[in-house]
Amino acid sequence: MSAAPAEALPHAAATTPSAPQRAPDRPRGRLGDRLFEGVTTALAIVVLLVPSAMLIELVGASRKAIGAFGASFLTSSTWDPVHGSFGALPFLWGTVVSSLLALALAVPVSIGVAIFLAELAPHRARGPLSFLVELLAAIPSVVYGFWGVFVLVPLLREHVEPWLAAHLGFLPLFQGPPLGFGMLAAGVVLAIMIVPTVSSIVREVLRAVPAAQREAAAGLGATPWDTIRFAVLPSARSGIVGAILLGLGRALGETMAVTMVIGNRPKVSVSLLDPATSMASVLANEFAEADSDLYLSALSEIALLLFGVALILNLLARWLVGATKGRVGSPA
Amino acid sequence: MKPVREDLLAAGPAERRRHARSLFFTALCAISAAIVLVPLGSILLYVVERGASGLSWTFFTALPKPVGETGGGMGNAVAGSLVLIGLACLFGLPVGVLAGVYLAEVGRGRLAAAIRFTADVLAGVPSITIGVFVYALVVVSMRRFSAIAGGLALALVMIPTVTRTTEELLRLVPPNLREAALGLGVPAWRTTVFVVLRTAAPGIATGVMLAVARVAGETAPLLFTAMSSRYWAAGLDRPIASLPVQILTYATSPYADWQAQAWTGALCLVAIVLVLNLAARAVAARSLGARR
Repeated sequence: MSAAPAEALPHAAATTPSAPQRAPDRPRGRLGDRLFEGVTTALAIVVLLVPSAMLIELVGASRKAIGAFGASFLTSSTWDPVHGSFGALPFLWGTVVSSLLALALAVPVSIGVAIFLAELAPHRARGPLSFLVELLAAIPSVVYGFWGVFVLVPLLREHVEPWLAAHLGFLPLFQGPPLGFGMLAAGVVLAIMIVPTVSSIVREVLRAVPAAQREAAAGLGATPWDTIRFAVLPSARSGIVGAILLGLGRALGETMAVTMVIGNRPKVSVSLLDPATSMASVLANEFAEADSDLYLSALSEIALLLFGVALILNLLARWLVGATKGRVGSPA
Repeated sequence: MKPVREDLLAAGPAERRRHARSLFFTALCAISAAIVLVPLGSILLYVVERGASGLSWTFFTALPKPVGETGGGMGNAVAGSLVLIGLACLFGLPVGVLAGVYLAEVGRGRLAAAIRFTADVLAGVPSITIGVFVYALVVVSMRRFSAIAGGLALALVMIPTVTRTTEELLRLVPPNLREAALGLGVPAWRTTVFVVLRTAAPGIATGVMLAVARVAGETAPLLFTAMSSRYWAAGLDRPIASLPVQILTYATSPYADWQAQAWTGALCLVAIVLVLNLAARAVAARSLGARR
């Protein structure tokens, strides 16, 4: 029940590289075996090299922009390809705000769905229901964008945004004309897209909590909700945080759906009703048309930033999810 | 045995409150599940309602008409998508599956841990940056957008999923199968290929189907690798049309006829993804059933 065995294993494997039980399996020296090992190792090393190659290639491609603008690339909000002046702030802003908005909308719902599917739903309904939720993850991004343009954007423009402006218009968040296309639309589409990611990981984490904990709580007379609240969720906390970070990572990198509904205006604005843009969107819109080296290099630097942020988030998230599952999931 | 005191068992106000709260939160969770199904239903409904009328033989066989003329189809995009998926499998499957075999059967120690780690890293890389990478790597050196570049970008999207699925499934194969084969004097590599891989094949097929389903709908990595084309594929070293990119172009166009075709294209794409997902589930269910 403790972390000790999980930690001891990799340690043991590291100190005795040829584990004793494997040695007799693998008589060395047979040509076929050596060939097979060689080929699989070589292909596995290809996988090892790809992200490093990506990093090197992206750094190389953005060297010109890094040299020309330095740190001001991150703080300037002029994006003027004609005069060769580039600042990425509007794109960073759009990516961060739309992703955080998506998280704010998606996280409560995803956790609710996960709890429902893992703990509360009738057993026979769980399979089909979770298939439907996972289907949301399978729908292609461009279809989300298309649906967003023709269904969500008109809905926001005609009903939601006028209402928000009328009732919450005193907040700077909800000022401006209701255009439909904008930060809000991007946030909502992203929220729909990350719900399956977050909820399926939360569900996995909840499943890893030993049944004995639930039984103990129920035996003390806890109601189903009290059991979840006091016996299940506390053990799953860091795994849930990891799931949220993975959802954030997915939202940051999402391209097509966001590009189609965000409005693509490179300006920093506090209002969620205003059109905005994002790092992935500017790549999708402008990369193929970039006509100068500096322009292409500035876009590559945005790709590099996106790569870096996604990388850090994913590693942190995987570590948190892995730690939770390892800790609570050891045989009870 | 003491007599049960009924008054102690009866629900007091505090307990009634607890039960009410439990019901309230259960309802909240059920409602969030219902909320999630609304957009799914809406998307499927719109795609079918607006796309079904455009389904015809010409949609799958004809080339797009020039701007201003109505009619035509997405034949080249459907064919292009098949070519790109084929190339992605050609580049991605050997690497993905065999890297998975390496992780499960051959590798150990630091190298294996590092490879597992990078496969996870690769899975988290936004697909648009994969497009930028392949542009810098292939398109710049070939000086041309090409089907090969598009296939490579899709392969990079698919490799991490396939690798990790393969590894996980190979680890599920019972060790006594492996031991039996080795005990009969079968060389280790033949054991791995003909016993272990063979046993895990249905599961790996499931993983591959899901990876193909994901890749079939990817647009972002194709934008500046495969680009797009209004004609039939002229060669693997030329730009090539694909269903997602064609849907994007038509969906964001101002022409009603193009938008209608985009809905039909979206219907096809969703149908492909749905069928692949259902097939994957069926294969997984059957192989699980067989194992029991």
